[in-house]
Amino acid sequence: MTDLIGTKEPEAVTPSGVAASGARQVWRRLRARKSALVAAAVLGLLVLLALGAPLLAALEGQDVNAYHDTLVDSARGGVPSGSFGGVSADHWLGVEPGTGRDLFVRLLYGARVSLMVAVGATLVQVLVAVVVGLAAALGNRFVDSFLSRITEVMIALPLLVFAIALTAVVPTDFPRPLLLVVVIGLIAWGGLARVVRAQALSLKKLDYVSAARLAGGSTWRVARRELLPGIAAPVITYAVYLLPSNIVLEASMSFLGVGVKPPTPSWGQMLSSATTWFRADPTYVVLPALLLFVTTLAFTVLGDAVRVALDPRVASRLRVGRAKARKAAAPAGGEAA
Amino acid sequence: MSLYFLRRALGAVLVLLAISVVIYATFYVAPGDPAKLACGPRCNPEQLRQVREQLSLDDPVYLQYWHFLQGVFVGHDYSTGTGVMHCDAPCFGLSYQNDQQVTELIAQRLPATLSLAAGAMALTLLLGIGTGLLSVVRRGGVVERALTWLTLAGIATPVFISGLALLMVFCAYLEWLPFPSYVALTDDPEQWAWNMLLPWVALALLESSKYARMTRSSMLETLAEDHVRTFRAYGVSERAIVGRHALRGAVAPVIAMAAVDFGSMVGGTMLTETMFGLPGVGQLLVHSVQTVDLPVVVAIVMVIGAAVVIANIIGDVLYAAADRRVALR
Repeated sequence: MTDLIGTKEPEAVTPSGVAASGARQVWRRLRARKSALVAAAVLGLLVLLALGAPLLAALEGQDVNAYHDTLVDSARGGVPSGSFGGVSADHWLGVEPGTGRDLFVRLLYGARVSLMVAVGATLVQVLVAVVVGLAAALGNRFVDSFLSRITEVMIALPLLVFAIALTAVVPTDFPRPLLLVVVIGLIAWGGLARVVRAQALSLKKLDYVSAARLAGGSTWRVARRELLPGIAAPVITYAVYLLPSNIVLEASMSFLGVGVKPPTPSWGQMLSSATTWFRADPTYVVLPALLLFVTTLAFTVLGDAVRVALDPRVASRLRVGRAKARKAAAPAGGEAA
Repeated sequence: MSLYFLRRALGAVLVLLAISVVIYATFYVAPGDPAKLACGPRCNPEQLRQVREQLSLDDPVYLQYWHFLQGVFVGHDYSTGTGVMHCDAPCFGLSYQNDQQVTELIAQRLPATLSLAAGAMALTLLLGIGTGLLSVVRRGGVVERALTWLTLAGIATPVFISGLALLMVFCAYLEWLPFPSYVALTDDPEQWAWNMLLPWVALALLESSKYARMTRSSMLETLAEDHVRTFRAYGVSERAIVGRHALRGAVAPVIAMAAVDFGSMVGGTMLTETMFGLPGVGQLLVHSVQTVDLPVVVAIVMVIGAAVVIANIIGDVLYAAADRRVALR
């Protein structure tokens, strides 16, 4: 059988990353990339805004769920009065069409939901994947093949389909953000578990792990003390990629109406209602779309940077590839131009 | 080769059985009472009892599951009170909403979903492999940097954002295209294509970014191989190497991934379908989840699971066909 899905995984996850270089070196490599710095700054700002949402709401003097009938033009079907979706000194980013709720505050609280669900789900995913991956690597043949089959199925299932289907059987009074954390967390861990297993298997063959075993360390101790530090680099790399994909999953589910329930604000939900408003009130579309896009992009850029920083071989390979190409392409390049 | 297929088919059946057990357990056994859901909000105890009987909910769980499997493989008879209704295999039961056969419901929705997935996949491969190769040929230059950022942006744009943007630009402002409404291919191929154009593009923008990245890294890997160095030593131009000699090996894993993705695309189109109002399977799933129509949900998840498993096998075979170094074992 050929390994198909393996080609989807991030390149080269090896122990050399963290162990050989140390956190300081990783940090230096990360800092050297301007795009990574910008991405980190954007995300830092977003986290601050999300954390400070109640404070900022108080500063603006608005409430998340307060309706303002007077601010929308009922004669025109509920389009906000005033320019740019009803921007004013009281409502910094305008108001929601139809209801007149304050957009600025709703976007901030939406960021809270987005980040909370994404971070929570990522933690669950990492936990499940590390446990399953390590157990598969350290267990006997049957444990390994059983866990590997389950992992394969989890990878094969279309995430969104299963996540949405699961929400159908959960009682409606269950807190939705928590439900999303659990559902996303328990479904989308297959890829990471596979990485952990592969990494742990290759580490297991190394002398220092054998030494620890021979010295009488229990399986649990070996896993915790010898293997866990070794798998940290690929796990961190993968987790940074999981964050944006979780954010998009949450937004998608809320967009489809099976995620966060109103009146809790969410970017996906706003975009869903924006599909009926985009002609009359384009501002309402642009704001959540832009926020979601920038957040996902920043996480992805950061993920790329973290991958390179944790595994210097990726960077050097890219560099070599470029230099070689430049040399090789020099005559051909002139021809093309 | 035939032994290989036999083994894979057997494996696929086992995986599907496992999935069906998990899904059945999750949806019918765990929480809630299917009878109440099937019976609807206004339901007296007498009706509830009838429904329980009809769905054989008082049987032990393994027997219920057995009947479910029986329905899928040989069909199932339902007593409707006045007579017997036969549900042909593959039978996934009746919808709680309107007592229609689930298989029929899904069959009605499949053309739209397949139209979307097939067209989007074709466009994805064209765009993805094209930009991936271009960024390799022009690596180290402005073109590569631009493409790198473009693909990053593509990955960060969910379908409901790119879809909204496309609708706003092409339907609302420029008015070049009509607001998409599904026309069956068999009714009017030209209208079908025009109406599917925006959904295809929206889905392909996202997916092709993934393929561009993969084509690029796969091609760079291939270019580092010995036989390519030999070509260079013989003075073969970079373009001929990328475009002809390395292409096969580099694109093989991409094509294989496309086959696998096509399986999940059939299930992953619900965002695009909802966005553009296409009457596909994804839209049906979302609707069924909102109305807690369990038989439909279970059937769709099963069908999609089957599509993915089969696509995986096809992907492996394609991979081996494109890259002869890979042996099917």
